Amino acid sequence: MAEYKLMKGNEVIAEAAIRCGCDGYFGYPITPQSEIMETLMLRKPWEETGMVVLQAESEVAAINMVYGGAACGKKVMTSSSSPGISLKQEGITYIAGAELPCLIVNVVRGGPGLGTIQPAQSDYFQSVKGGGHGDYHLIVLAPASVQEMNDFVELGFNLAFKYRNPVLILSDGVIGQMMEKVQLSEIKPRWTDAEIEKISGTWATTGKKSNRDYHVITSLELDSLRQEKFNHKLIEKYKVIKENEVRFETFQCDDADYVLVAYGSSSRICQKAVEIARAKGVKVGLLRPITLYPFPTKKINEMCSKAKGFLSVEMSAGQMVEDVRLAVNGKVPVEHFGRLGGVVTTPNEVVKALDELIKKGK
Amino acid sequence: MAEVKDIIKEGNLVYKKSKVLTDKIMHYCPGCSHGVVHKILAEVIEELNIQEDTIGVSPVGCSVLAYNYLHIDWQQAAHGRAPAVATAVARLLPNKRVFAYQGDGDLASIGTAEIIHACNRGENIVVIFINNGIYGMTGGQMAPTTLEGMPTSTSPYGRDIAMTGHPLKITELIAQLPAVNFVTRQAVHTPAAVRKCKKALQKAFENIGEKKGTQFIEVVSTCNSGWKLSPVKSNEWMVENMFPVYPMGDIKG
Amino acid sequence: MTEEIIIAGFGGQGVLSMGKILAYSGIMQEQEVSWMPSYGPEMRGGTANVTVILSDSRISSPILQEFDTAIILNQQSLDKFEVSVKPGGVLIYDPNGIINPPKRKDITIYQIEATEEAARLQSAKTFNMIVLGAYLKAKPVVKLENVIKGLKKSLPERHHHLIPMNEQAITRGMELIKKN
Repeated sequence: MAEYKLMKGNEVIAEAAIRCGCDGYFGYPITPQSEIMETLMLRKPWEETGMVVLQAESEVAAINMVYGGAACGKKVMTSSSSPGISLKQEGITYIAGAELPCLIVNVVRGGPGLGTIQPAQSDYFQSVKGGGHGDYHLIVLAPASVQEMNDFVELGFNLAFKYRNPVLILSDGVIGQMMEKVQLSEIKPRWTDAEIEKISGTWATTGKKSNRDYHVITSLELDSLRQEKFNHKLIEKYKVIKENEVRFETFQCDDADYVLVAYGSSSRICQKAVEIARAKGVKVGLLRPITLYPFPTKKINEMCSKAKGFLSVEMSAGQMVEDVRLAVNGKVPVEHFGRLGGVVTTPNEVVKALDELIKKGK
Repeated sequence: MAEVKDIIKEGNLVYKKSKVLTDKIMHYCPGCSHGVVHKILAEVIEELNIQEDTIGVSPVGCSVLAYNYLHIDWQQAAHGRAPAVATAVARLLPNKRVFAYQGDGDLASIGTAEIIHACNRGENIVVIFINNGIYGMTGGQMAPTTLEGMPTSTSPYGRDIAMTGHPLKITELIAQLPAVNFVTRQAVHTPAAVRKCKKALQKAFENIGEKKGTQFIEVVSTCNSGWKLSPVKSNEWMVENMFPVYPMGDIKG
Repeated sequence: MTEEIIIAGFGGQGVLSMGKILAYSGIMQEQEVSWMPSYGPEMRGGTANVTVILSDSRISSPILQEFDTAIILNQQSLDKFEVSVKPGGVLIYDPNGIINPPKRKDITIYQIEATEEAARLQSAKTFNMIVLGAYLKAKPVVKLENVIKGLKKSLPERHHHLIPMNEQAITRGMELIKKN
C-alpha cells in the first residue's frame, strides 16, 4: 500500500494528473488554484512521462488548447477558479458540442464578478445546468477531501472517455487549499499511439490514415434537422449517464427524521453538524451527492418516505436546493441554508437552521 | 483529326485536381480567393506527401467549412482560437504538420491574443491568414483590416479611423516576434501570384517538418460579394487599394 | 481523541510550517489530520493562521470556530482568537509584543518566550520549533519521535541536516513553557 502523504488539494490534482497518464495540462493563474500549475511546473512531468504543461495567455486560450488536445484523443485537462471558468465556457460548450473527453477543475471562489478569493459553492448552476450556450451537460464530480481530489482525477478521465463528454471536478477553496493525508495513485504510463487508436481511433484527429476516411472534429451543423438529431443523441447519452453514474454517500441516514443534503466542503461541515445535533438527540443524517450531474434524484425521492424534511446546505444563495426540491417533489418541506461571498458556513449555524426547519414542521 | 479517346491519356495531361481535394462543391462565392488557396494548399500537401501527417484547424468565418474540401484530419475551432487549438495539437503530436487557417476578423480581431502568443511561443505551426478586409460570412461588416474610407455594412459611410482606428497591419507586428521563423505576404489574383503563393506554402510546410517554428503566410484576398464588385473588378480594386497598405513580399525569413 | 488547534501570528513566523510539521507528526502516529490555512492577501506579510486537526477518527469540518488549543504569536491574533478557545481549553502565547495579555479564567493559559529564546540562540528559524515544543509539553498529543519523523517528511532532503537543531529547539520549548 502506498504511504500517506500530507498534501494540499490543489497539489494533489497536479500529482494525480501526472500519475494517471495525463498527456497535457493547459492553465492560467488564478487564486485559489494556482498551486495546480505551480506544482506541475516544479515537477517537470515532461521529463518523466512526456506530459505537456503549458501556461496559456488566457483561460480562453487554455480551454481551446484542451479542445485541440482532446480532439487528438489525448488525456488533457485544465483548471481554474470561478471567474476563469466563466471565461472557459465558450470552449467548454464547443467541447461538449464536439463530444470531446477532457477534465476541467474548478476551485470555486465567491462571486459574482471578481468576487472574493475565499471558498464558495456559488457555481453550482453553471456547473450542472450547462454553463455555456446550448443544450448540454458536464459530468460533475464534487470531492469532499484531499483524497478524493486524487481519486477523481482518474475517475474523471475514465468517465470522460467512456461517454466522450467533458467532466468537471467542482471543488472549492477549502478543499483546494487544505492539507490532509492522502494516498496517491500508482503511476501509470501515458497511452501509446496504438492505445489511443484502439480507444479513440474512430474519431480522433491523429492524421488521416490511408485505411480510413478523414476525421473532422466540429460542433457546427448548418442543417437544423441534423442538429436536432444530434441534440437527441446527446439527450440519450445523458440518460445513460443518469442511469449508470449517480454517486452519493449517506451518513447516519438510517433512522433519520431529517436529512441534510450537502456536497464538497459543506458536506464536511454538515457531518460535524450531524454529530452536534445527534448529541442533542435530534435524529438527523447527511446525504452527500458525489456526482452533482447526474444528481441523486431517485435516492432523495426514496428518502421522502421516511424523512420529515430536508435541509440543503451549500455556500450559495440556494442553487442545489432547487434540485433537491425537484427530487422531493413537494412531499416534505425543503429548506436552504448557507453563508455567501466566501464566508464558510459553521456547523453550529447549520444546527440552528435545522432547528428552525424542525420547528416549522411542528 | 485525332479521336478524343486518343487525346485523353496520361502523357497529354496538363492539369489534374489534387487527390487531397474532396469532390464536394465549394460554398465560396465565384471569384473568392479561398478556393484558390484551398487548391494550392491541397497540392502542396500532396506534393510533399504529408496527407497522413497534416492536421488542419479551421476558423469561424467563410472558411469554417474548409474541412469539407481537403482530405485530411481537421478540427474546427471557436472564433479566433485556432492558434490555441493548433498549439495543443502541435505539442501533443510533435511529428505532425499542423496548420491554422484563419480570416482577418478571426485572426486580427477576436483572436489577436491567441495569434500573438502562439507566434511569440514559436509554435511549430503554419498560419494561413486570409485578409480581405471584411467579415464575409456574416455579411460584409467592418474588419480590423478594413481600409480607411472603405464602406462596409457597419461602416456604411466608409471606415472612419478617428472612430474605429487604423487598418491593423498584424503581419508586420508578428514579424517582430523573435520566435517566428517565416513571415510573408502573398496574393492569388494572377497565375504568377498563385505560383509564388504556392511556393511560400511549400516552404512553410517544409519548415515545420524541420521544426523551425511559426510560419506565417498572409494572403491578401478579395471578397467580391462583400466588396460588391465583380470578380475582375475586385482583383483590380485589391491591387489598387489593398496592396499599397498591405505590400506584397517576404517580411522575414 | 480529537485535538482542534489554531496557530496564528505574523506571516514569516513559520505558522504554516509549524502546523504542517504537527500534521505530519499526526500521520506518523496513524492519526487522521487536516491543515487548513487562511489564504489570500494576508499571505503577503500580514497575519497568517492555520487550523490543524488531529483525530483518531474521520475528520468532519476542517474549518472551525472553536478550538481545544490556540497558539498565539501576536496581539492581533490574541484579540481575535482568545474568545475562540473552548471552555477548559488551552491558550499558549508568546508575550513578546503583547500589550494586552489574555484574561480568560476558564481556560489554561501558558507563556512561551520563544522570540527571546530564538534571539538568544541567534537563530530566528528555531522560533516556531520552540513554540511547537511548548505546545507538545502542554498537550502531548503526538510523541516526540513521531514529530522528528514528521519533520523529516515535511522538510526537503537538503534541509535534513537542520533536524538536530530543530529537535533541540523543541526540547528547549518544552523546558521554557510556563503557566500564567
